[in-house]
Amino acid sequence: MAEKITLSDLNKTLAEMNVQSLEGLTIEGDVEIEIDAGAGGVGPLFAYYFGQEAAKIAMQLMNFAKAVGYPVENLLQPVAIAQAMSPAPKDLAAAAAAVPAFKVASALASAKFSVGIDKTWRNTIQEVTLGATKADGGSRGHVVKLGGEKAMPFFPDAGMPHAPKITMDVFDMPIGMAKAVKVHYEDVINSPGEWAKKAVKKYGADMVTVHLISTDPLLKDTSAQDAVKTVEEVLQAVDVPICIGGSGNPTKDPIVLSKAAEAAQGERCLIASANLNMDWEKIGKACKDNGHVCLAWTQLEINSQKELNRKLMKVAGVPRESIVMDPTTAALAYGLDFAYSNMERIRLGALKGDEELTFPMSSGTTNAWGVRESWMVRSPNKDDSDWGDRMLRGPIWEILTGYSLAMAGVDIFMMMHPTAVAYLHEITQSLMGRIEAKTPDTTAWLKMGV
Amino acid sequence: MKETSPLNLYKQLPQTNCKKCGEETCMAYAAGLISRTRKVEECTPLIDEKKYAKKLETLRSIVAPELKMVYIGVGEKQVKVGGEDVMFRHQMTFFNKPPFAYDVADNMDEAKLIERVKKISTWRKFYIGKWQNVEMIAVRSVSDDPAKFAACVKTVMANSDFPLILCSFNPAVLKAGLEVAAKAKPLIYAANKDNWKEVAQLAFDYKVPVTLSVPFDLDALKSMALTFAGMGLTDLILDPGTAPNGKLLQQTLLNFINLRRAAVEEAQRDIAYPVMVLPINAWLTTEDPVRAAYWESVLTAAFIIRGGAIMIKHSLEAYSMMPDMHLRFNIYTDPRTPVQVKPGIYKVGKPGPESPVFLTTNFALTYYTVESDIASNGIDAYIIAINTDGIGVQASVAGGQLSPTKILDSFTEAAFDWAGQKYPAMVLPGMAAKFSGELEDLFQGKTKIMVGPEDSGRIIGWMKDFWPPK
Repeated sequence: MAEKITLSDLNKTLAEMNVQSLEGLTIEGDVEIEIDAGAGGVGPLFAYYFGQEAAKIAMQLMNFAKAVGYPVENLLQPVAIAQAMSPAPKDLAAAAAAVPAFKVASALASAKFSVGIDKTWRNTIQEVTLGATKADGGSRGHVVKLGGEKAMPFFPDAGMPHAPKITMDVFDMPIGMAKAVKVHYEDVINSPGEWAKKAVKKYGADMVTVHLISTDPLLKDTSAQDAVKTVEEVLQAVDVPICIGGSGNPTKDPIVLSKAAEAAQGERCLIASANLNMDWEKIGKACKDNGHVCLAWTQLEINSQKELNRKLMKVAGVPRESIVMDPTTAALAYGLDFAYSNMERIRLGALKGDEELTFPMSSGTTNAWGVRESWMVRSPNKDDSDWGDRMLRGPIWEILTGYSLAMAGVDIFMMMHPTAVAYLHEITQSLMGRIEAKTPDTTAWLKMGV
Repeated sequence: MKETSPLNLYKQLPQTNCKKCGEETCMAYAAGLISRTRKVEECTPLIDEKKYAKKLETLRSIVAPELKMVYIGVGEKQVKVGGEDVMFRHQMTFFNKPPFAYDVADNMDEAKLIERVKKISTWRKFYIGKWQNVEMIAVRSVSDDPAKFAACVKTVMANSDFPLILCSFNPAVLKAGLEVAAKAKPLIYAANKDNWKEVAQLAFDYKVPVTLSVPFDLDALKSMALTFAGMGLTDLILDPGTAPNGKLLQQTLLNFINLRRAAVEEAQRDIAYPVMVLPINAWLTTEDPVRAAYWESVLTAAFIIRGGAIMIKHSLEAYSMMPDMHLRFNIYTDPRTPVQVKPGIYKVGKPGPESPVFLTTNFALTYYTVESDIASNGIDAYIIAINTDGIGVQASVAGGQLSPTKILDSFTEAAFDWAGQKYPAMVLPGMAAKFSGELEDLFQGKTKIMVGPEDSGRIIGWMKDFWPPK
């Protein structure tokens, strides 16, 4: 909404009045007097509307024009707003006189930057241990610790006691996978034990999750006994802590998961998961009775999460140190904004004092592979720019889904693609200051040749 | 804006309930100012009438964003940078998504330069009813030669109307670029501890916003910001340094968090300027272009979430641009706006008795994706959007918001005319396949239950194989 009168307009007008030259005025280029009615700003009105340099020139021109009897008010007609605010030329002149000419400072001002910490964060997130070693009645080679945060992740207020952890998915039957993922598991797809070994030995997983999806009545409807065998196979194959996942069937999961919990007694597994739409009490009790940790899963709703956590503690008797939350991961481009803010609100609520939310969080980051942009060869929309190589596109989809939720407060990630696992590990370690590397000159990009 | 009560803004309004802004009352308008859905300029009496001058000035200072907003470029492609009020998006919303400026260099040969500029300018991706695009071009002076830089800027401007960032620490080079581009109001990069006097003069002479580059020294950065503000130069962008690796990367994030906190939580106006991120620095850490592009995406993601206001980037590979664009879109989506469509029957194209009925949920993302996949392939169809409280198919099947009885009720409520259909059949999303048996029973065999693809992008192929039903 800027109105402009340019110096050439002025010159033209002055030329019509037979003015030959302007004494004491040096002008370079085509200077514009610009009035930006919409912009915000501070300072004397005159400077606000004209800008300092333009003001100086305008004043000189006006004085000159006045001296030769030119109607200055008419000259400034386009400047309706400025006139409304400060109509009289003598006021303008007074304001202009108060504006110093632009002068480069002779030295930098001295200053100290400081900022406080957030004092509204009072709670500590519950520390939860997964896995049990021989000393604690299990057979795991090490344990994994989650939680313990006193601040938002990677914030300056307090360090994070534990780095985010990754548990890699293992399925108890062959499933459909994106091509970029499948190429890594084709050789182990029929053996949960071998699959688990590969995840740990080759891809460096902190944990593995064995998903007992074949128990789904709509899939193979395998029995709880079959599921127990699979869990035992995985416990034998690797010595990392494990997570035991059901099929998601609300009727079958309580049966399968409680049997599996019994079979894995003392191993302090993460049992995934209890949900308000099923017999959460049975699952909660199975966790409590067999020394496991219960994953409390809700669908993107903070109040349901509070309700489920409360019920698991008060009704099923699950101890505080045995609860992890899964508030649902909607992946990048498929509702990540909801998942992100839901988790961030949960974590902030916990830190600010809501005892029903002070638990570590888990993310089903593998959901990224359900997003078409992660796996489709090309766009269904003909007008999109080319989507590029999907084998490279997919892993970033999983990295960014997980990584953004790490910023919201997730402590443990269920993931699939080895590259995604490696990058998520590297960036979260980096942000905790745990990776030594020679940092290049950060201004060298200016002249880099790529 | 720290103010949260409309009452305190109401005090600065004419209080005449003149309705010129479109609201019934000045109080309603004040509430709109609080939520930043209305602008001060929309109260015309306040702007036009001299007696309100003081109120106007007070109001403007109250509603100014905590983090200064800087305009770069002119006309339609102008970008707004900064202008944020909150630390976390759910506290209100983030307003101005950080523009992505992709780089070109003044030592590129002309053909390659033009090709890259065109690629940057035309890249696009459709998502939830909108085109996602790149916003800016950053011109780097590798040559350090003013004439070469000016020529490069000229070529860029001849092939793109995107706002520019002119990048050099050499004032002579910047001046040469400004001679060509100043009218398009580019951002200049950058003043540093060696050249700040000359660059300040340039920013003043050419009336352009300027970046202050003081890596990893917030005291010195603040000192430079104060100095520039003292000279009347307040269209500032801060570059506190972007380290792509090592412990300095952690420091980078801490700096961004601290700067945002100082601006929006502590109202430290003398440092409350938009902050620049340089994900391009990932390219300084490796020779491997895939590794560099991946790491660039990772750096981008961190600062989309935590306080980056403008970014200079390099990788034009779709595999890194797409996720970055979507993450930015998601994080800068206004969480206050519902993302549901109205449940019910929708027509795509000109559906008739021989058209299929596709079923999906009322989650806006799901609905628009299905709609665009059907429409862009020229298929005439009905879509029924089931009310799942705005939850997508997969999650609502798992969570029970989508169920066979809900589907039956929805068709009944919408009074869908099955009798008028030549092939009375509904197409379930592949992810809801398990409902088909129960639905057959509920619809008593009168409506055929077909299972569609798991992704609506495959509807076109599915139509060829399965429609019309045998």
